[in-house]
Amino acid sequence: MRTTFIESLSQAASENPDIWLLCGDLGYSVLEPFAAKFPDRYLNVGVAEQNMAGIAAGIALSGKTVFIYSIGNFPTLRCLEQLRNDVCYHGADVKVVAVGAGYAYGSQGYTHHALEDAGIMSMLPGIEVFVPCDPMEVRAATRLIATSGKPSYLRLSRAGEPNLGAAVTDLRKPRLLRPGREIVILASGPIASRALEAAGELAGRGKDVGVVSVSCLKPLDEAAIRDAVRDAALIVTLEEHILRGGLFSLVAAAFAGDTQRPPIVGIGIPEQGGKTSSAGSREALLDAAGLSAAAIVARIEQSLAKR
Amino acid sequence: MVHAAKASHIGGCLSMADILAVLYTRILRIDPAEPQSPSRDRFVLSKGHATAIMYATLAECGFFSLAELDTYCRDGSIFTGHVSHAVPGVEVSTGSLGHGLPIAIGMALAARSTGAGSRVFCLLSDGECDEGSNWEGILFAPHHKLDNLCVVVDFNKIQSFGSVAEVLNLDPFAEKWKAFGWQVEEIDGHDLAALERVLGAAPAASGRPTVVIAHTVKGKGVSFMENKLEWHYRSPSDELLARALAEVGA
Repeated sequence: MRTTFIESLSQAASENPDIWLLCGDLGYSVLEPFAAKFPDRYLNVGVAEQNMAGIAAGIALSGKTVFIYSIGNFPTLRCLEQLRNDVCYHGADVKVVAVGAGYAYGSQGYTHHALEDAGIMSMLPGIEVFVPCDPMEVRAATRLIATSGKPSYLRLSRAGEPNLGAAVTDLRKPRLLRPGREIVILASGPIASRALEAAGELAGRGKDVGVVSVSCLKPLDEAAIRDAVRDAALIVTLEEHILRGGLFSLVAAAFAGDTQRPPIVGIGIPEQGGKTSSAGSREALLDAAGLSAAAIVARIEQSLAKR
Repeated sequence: MVHAAKASHIGGCLSMADILAVLYTRILRIDPAEPQSPSRDRFVLSKGHATAIMYATLAECGFFSLAELDTYCRDGSIFTGHVSHAVPGVEVSTGSLGHGLPIAIGMALAARSTGAGSRVFCLLSDGECDEGSNWEGILFAPHHKLDNLCVVVDFNKIQSFGSVAEVLNLDPFAEKWKAFGWQVEEIDGHDLAALERVLGAAPAASGRPTVVIAHTVKGKGVSFMENKLEWHYRSPSDELLARALAEVGA
């Protein structure tokens, strides 16, 4: 995802001389091609995210489009007030790009796990939020935010993620990864690959399960989501994020006023306040958090049994 | 304005009044008829609470009529109690301290890249120099040789809840800036000739940003407000307003 992002951004920057990239002293082996090609529009501001966000706002208010890049919580939570006041309140054309979504930094530990970022970013006024599930969506998202003229958040995982579906036609709408009507899993981010695994397992048990990638969390295209789940007897949301503020919260809020709707089951990462985090690969941490394909299958079967 | 709206922060407005007067009448290359000109100088007010004096200055400069100031802090007014970019002539909204300098640095970087020749001035309070974000910027600007950036510190020695010396001492203040690589000018912030000399010379050093440490008096010009913490908060009564206006000769 990181490589696809920088390739897409370099392409956009070669077409638009007003695109700048700032990083907070992170991006080794990722950002170098951009820095080499556009040395006058690349800046490592040092380990100083508040300054980075404010500088980005100042450059953007001078007519530029500014990307800021760092790991998970650093360009988001560390400088949250700068994003709220300096970027969003002024409508400054700043794009926050975070790498290391969810448990992507696995054994690096809790500080490097981005578990609340998408929800917190979604709460900022006027920002658009994208959580792509595969490199194809990363490419589409980078192109989209480079020309949107709006504050944006792009949540990337790391490297080596496979493409999960056909070409992206409209990133703002849900993207069908697997057709199926009875149960529809709405997934955001690369965790969608586990939704596909679970759907395959359930299909083997006679269930008709669809999987849809929802990469544009804000603005959420509620009409398109309604259409994607129109025949479903069960809606499942799956995210590498806590349930509060993320995909589940947004979908549940969208359906809150419906008197006739199927149950919505939210599957995400449990909140972890006061408990220490174990070392582990992304895959091991996801399994431990109840996000293995087998656990997803079990949650869905339990929900079906309760109906 | 502060009296009519029963607002606050008059002390910090008076301490920087002379700085704004010199900047807006002698220094800044700005034009109320073309407030968005790309080649304009930028002024970023980082101490966004001192907004009555900011709006009054802009009105005096012709960005809008003096009569509009009567709406200050009133229902539906664009003139909010912390400075708002909805007001013509205001570059950025601030109010949470420690935000203005990084934004000004971004503007200075952009101006340098386009060769527009714009200078960027940023006014900080002394109290907001407690904020770590400012020191991130203070470290950054000399490293990047931003000589089109000039910071002015309104060093009135009193912050929100006590004296600077008691709350979090900044001394030796000039030495800190020097150690970070800034061109440092230290002046009496109520000496109009000195203000015009140092601000007019900005950028004062090639390859380095400039900081003007302006020693000021909180509540300057009104005897009962000078150096009094309470005038960070109080709004003058009718009687005190009359006395204050008489003292400043308004």
